[in-house]
Amino acid sequence: MTTTADITRSIDARGMPCPGPLMSLIGAIREGTVGDMIEVLSSDEGSRTDIPAWVSKAGHELVEVAEDEGFAHFVIKKVR
Amino acid sequence: MPARVVVLGGGVGGTLAANLLDKELGGDVSVTVVDPTGMHVYQPGFLYVALGEANGRWLSRDERTLLRPNIDLAVERAIRIHPEAGTVQLERGGNLEWDYLVLATGARLVPEQIPGLVEGSQEFYSLEGAERLREELRRFDGGRIKVGIAGIPYKCPPAPVEFVFMLEDHLRKRGIRERSELTLLSPLNRAFTIESASKVIQPIMVERGIGLETFFNVESVDPSAGIVESLEGDKAEFDLLVLVPPHRGQKVIEDSGLGDAGGWVPTDRFTLQAAEHERVFAMGDCTNLPISKSGSTAHFEAPVIASRIASLIRGTVPKTNYGGRVMCFLETGNGQATALRFDYEHPPTPPQPNRAWHTAKWLFNRLYWETVPKGRIPERATKERS
Amino acid sequence: MSATIAKSLDLKGLSCPMPIAKTAQAIRDLKPGELIESFATDPGSVPDFAAWCKSTGHVMVEQTQESGVYHFLIQKR
Repeated sequence: MTTTADITRSIDARGMPCPGPLMSLIGAIREGTVGDMIEVLSSDEGSRTDIPAWVSKAGHELVEVAEDEGFAHFVIKKVR
Repeated sequence: MPARVVVLGGGVGGTLAANLLDKELGGDVSVTVVDPTGMHVYQPGFLYVALGEANGRWLSRDERTLLRPNIDLAVERAIRIHPEAGTVQLERGGNLEWDYLVLATGARLVPEQIPGLVEGSQEFYSLEGAERLREELRRFDGGRIKVGIAGIPYKCPPAPVEFVFMLEDHLRKRGIRERSELTLLSPLNRAFTIESASKVIQPIMVERGIGLETFFNVESVDPSAGIVESLEGDKAEFDLLVLVPPHRGQKVIEDSGLGDAGGWVPTDRFTLQAAEHERVFAMGDCTNLPISKSGSTAHFEAPVIASRIASLIRGTVPKTNYGGRVMCFLETGNGQATALRFDYEHPPTPPQPNRAWHTAKWLFNRLYWETVPKGRIPERATKERS
Repeated sequence: MSATIAKSLDLKGLSCPMPIAKTAQAIRDLKPGELIESFATDPGSVPDFAAWCKSTGHVMVEQTQESGVYHFLIQKR
């Protein structure tokens, strides 16, 4: 389980459909540095498939996915 | 001795927050708006300029005419903010002291961040860009047009989608639709950020023969080869490329150590206070909140900030929270539009595009100056019966 | 009042900017001089209708409020 100390940037996108959790993640990856650990909290159903799909296509690492009360918690590592 | 509030930025958020504070507190507050140009620009109009449907002249007004008379306007650039000292340094050497600070500094375009973007593509995120694109479209006589996004976050997620629909109309009116190929390059695996809205607009795109490429986040442009590349490793060929440029927070935010990796101000989603600085508030495009960078966001945030600062000045407990309310139009061409209305508790349920929403958007554009920046505070009706 | 009320719109429950949008759409079918009346509950419609009349030249003949319902009587220019 990734601890708070490891997280470079945390995005709480719960209840925020636009631009949405995946867009916000892409922004954090674009603005970040290699090695960054980005945490995304999302209450949006589609993110459960969309986030892993993009992370895979873009060549980054999906470190962790966890389900919580009404939202999902992702940790992504910027690999390149 | 009135409390001093400095508002950095004279856009829709800053102007409205200043007006609401002045209206609420009168002589108990002294408000100063600081803006580098002193001109208030209606950015949603750029799209229409690019398509030759509006004249850029009507998109700017003197900020002084939009502010209540007791509000000071300093046409200056702020270069450094000192939150602990409660001051703002101005470029020409002056210094402003404040008891409360409102950051409404917006976003700046940083096109140079993407190799080949400036030479190889067009944009409608600035008036100059929109005018240049208008000329380019006049010369365009058929070919492959690609519309994409070269940075995230960016202002107005509906805009590239609206542009593609309106451009399709435009090409048809000019009689060159048959020999033009239109494609939207989307950063996501669907046409638009909001899934329910995407479900509504994607069938219309198919109907109109507008192509969609997904997971395409622009990384570089090769102007001579006419190729745009994505960070996902894909390429697309174009004859005309229109891109949303990358955005960052303003330099003053970054130079003052108030911004995150993108220069955006870490902000509380409910109170709109800047993290770690309880007398500093942030609104609109300049925050790091993962919400829409849209005029309507600033419009709905302004009353919250005005109310909270008014409470603090009066010594009462601030109670108003921003509930995430946003309201955006999405033009789908052919005289129709839909609307995106949501907040933190209520996801959007966009209606099928219709004429009523197109009219509503048209009216909003036309009535903006008379309604939004001054605060649509309802006047008393001429006759009131209870 | 010599002019006729050509159209009456019940826009109660609609939020901004729908009341003004529906009225602007409907007034297109009227002849100059004819009246349109709109009933709305959104308080924002008051400044919206005022701004629209100012911008278009249509005349706000009467504007009243009763029990949370705003009534606008507008003459097409």
